[in-house]
Amino acid sequence: MSDAEQPSNGRGRVTVPRTRKLYIGGSFPRSESGRVRPVLDAHGEFLANAALASRKDLREAVVAARKGFESWSGATAHGRGQVLFRVAEMLEARRGQFATEVADAEGLSLRAAADSVEAAVDRVFWYAGWTDKIGTVFGGVNQVSGPYTCHSVPEPVGVVGVVAPRESALLGLVSVLAPVLAAGNSAVVLASPDRPLPAVTLCEVLATSDLPAGVANVLTGDPAELAPWLASHEDVDALDPTGAEESLRARLEDAAAETVKRVLDVPVREPDWNEPPTPKRLRTLTDLKTVWHPLGQ
Amino acid sequence: MTDSEPAPWEYVPAPESAGLAGLSSEYRLFVDGTFSAGSGEKTTSVNPATTEELATVAGTADSDVDRAVEAASGAFRDRWGGLDGSARAKYLFRLARLLQERGRELAVLESLDTGKPVRQAREFDLPNAAAYFLHHAGWADKLDYAGFGPDPAPFGVVGQVLPWNFPLLTLAQQVAPALACGNTVVVKPAETTPLSALVFAELCQQAGLPPGVVNVLTGGAHTGEKLLSHPGVAKPAFVGSTEVGRRIRHRLAGTGRTPVLMLGGSGTNIVFADAPVEQAVQGVVDGAFFNQGHVRGAGSRVLVEESVAEEFVERVRERTATLRVGDPLDRNTDVGAVNSAAELDRITRLVETGEAEGARRWSSPHPLPERGYFLAPTVFSEVHQSMRLAREEVFGPVLSVLTFRTPEEAVTKANNTPHGLAAGVWSEKGSRTLWTANRLRTGVVWGNTFHRFDPTAPFGGERESGSDRVGGRAGLEAYLDV
Repeated sequence: MSDAEQPSNGRGRVTVPRTRKLYIGGSFPRSESGRVRPVLDAHGEFLANAALASRKDLREAVVAARKGFESWSGATAHGRGQVLFRVAEMLEARRGQFATEVADAEGLSLRAAADSVEAAVDRVFWYAGWTDKIGTVFGGVNQVSGPYTCHSVPEPVGVVGVVAPRESALLGLVSVLAPVLAAGNSAVVLASPDRPLPAVTLCEVLATSDLPAGVANVLTGDPAELAPWLASHEDVDALDPTGAEESLRARLEDAAAETVKRVLDVPVREPDWNEPPTPKRLRTLTDLKTVWHPLGQ
Repeated sequence: MTDSEPAPWEYVPAPESAGLAGLSSEYRLFVDGTFSAGSGEKTTSVNPATTEELATVAGTADSDVDRAVEAASGAFRDRWGGLDGSARAKYLFRLARLLQERGRELAVLESLDTGKPVRQAREFDLPNAAAYFLHHAGWADKLDYAGFGPDPAPFGVVGQVLPWNFPLLTLAQQVAPALACGNTVVVKPAETTPLSALVFAELCQQAGLPPGVVNVLTGGAHTGEKLLSHPGVAKPAFVGSTEVGRRIRHRLAGTGRTPVLMLGGSGTNIVFADAPVEQAVQGVVDGAFFNQGHVRGAGSRVLVEESVAEEFVERVRERTATLRVGDPLDRNTDVGAVNSAAELDRITRLVETGEAEGARRWSSPHPLPERGYFLAPTVFSEVHQSMRLAREEVFGPVLSVLTFRTPEEAVTKANNTPHGLAAGVWSEKGSRTLWTANRLRTGVVWGNTFHRFDPTAPFGGERESGSDRVGGRAGLEAYLDV
């Protein structure tokens, strides 16, 4: 349990606990269902209650994400980069808080957790720098045979459903969320079911980093309950099943088939998030648009 | 001449000889470098322009699918997988040259089997098919520089199920990148149009391609699904309707294999009041009726700015009335035969629904041949968003006209479909064209042109049109395990 959550700070002061809520459309609502469930640390000690999101919360998050997508995809790439750099700055500033939360969630030493948080800051920073380079790296001019100018430009796919990694509560989470945002998409994230608290705190960072409302939405709860609805939702354009358990994968792919939704090809076992990232997620989370126009006088 | 009105130009038929196709009486499967009878039931391929049988085609049994996948797997392991990119490049180059050399023959064959105008097959399908092989020949030894990291790996055996609208061109679009990337392939052309793929198999022999690198099967939906779900096929690929693509995705769910999907979806042309009218009329007519409208992304809907709509539609009708419909082998023909009785039936029903739903129908007065599957090019006006004509993929020679008042409305209407393959924008104002192009949720946007294809230019859709690409650097990704 982190200091702030101790019933008393050891000097007799009773601390004020934080209520953990959902993050939908830039606000922090409780689950409309009123459901919560206790979150335990790696040793089984009570940390806090987290909201247990319902299917209705999920639908509202998708509506918010569609709105968020309109403003975010319409922003300049430079502007998106500025916001993501700001997210990195805010994460850096709250490093200590995150280290405690990650240590509790993942059962790491404070030192190891701090390393993981630093890697998370660097991950966001890395993706922030990508926003205005995606076009030049993945798009380009097509040398067509004829009197036309023709270019291809990667565009965000839209609303992306993300089943966040189950184990890596912050580094894993930002490793899947940052590329969604850097590519200009909006996200509906299902946080790790057993380690959701760093995700809730990340929302506080996102809310204070000029990220437009609805661009990132985070639901705590049970991904096994919610992910199939995310996969079949008609207004979700792509699904990242990274944190979905193996037993759930076939069901998600089947649900996604109905709308021919893109499902990211990710391994069943959670990767080592400390490995340096590649731009593959950015490539997969964009659609290439080819534009032709005749040349003439 | 004393007449004040000159007589209209008379067309004299300019028929291409069907004999040029070099038709065989029987076409056989191509597995492991040799032609064989196949263990399935024989079928016949029909000329949709005459309803006459063209040839007998060997049938594929499930055991033939196994045999073909095994051959492709052996070829990948022993002969093709370890080959230098530069050697693969030369084989692809040979195939490109052979397609060019036998272009006239194959164009006539393609016209006979599909019903498409021979002029189009000769000027569009064949040159483009060769161009895809030539372009990808150049990629085979340069994959390190394609942006997918050093030494990107192929999948192994690729299974490809192809459509009947552009049999040879879609074969080239899929087979060329698959081979360039180092895969071996088992190809199944559409049941109604298998002939050009089986002649392509002959070109593979002539090119000296190692046995098993390219295998060609025949058959319909059953064989297609058997091939795509075969555990020996590392990468299944399907070009065709969204409905079938969806079924394949369901079937492959949980297998760890994600199919390459190049799916359908009618396209939309947006005509602004300041469009170059002559070009726009031509582009809209061509967009709707090219290849009988049997085109993924055909411009089957046109959105016209309200202030010019009436006049524009009239000119579209006038231009459409001049299209010559009939014998595909006549080099004057603009619109040939619908591909099959089943397709003609489907499109006819959609047209009837359009009338029943209250849209205003006009059909070209051009006389149709007495035999064969023909449909007069048809233009519907007063079409609304809710009508089936506006929502479904038409995939036939039918154009629906809708109107709009503001650019925002045009974009909203164009995007109001689960598909997202292609769109056209007609305006002389560059900033408006690019503004519109930015907002259209399609994989391709043609500004003041339509139906442009090139092997260097990635082509493919968004959302329910499937999100893979063919062509260019991006197109390689479909066949690389990256």
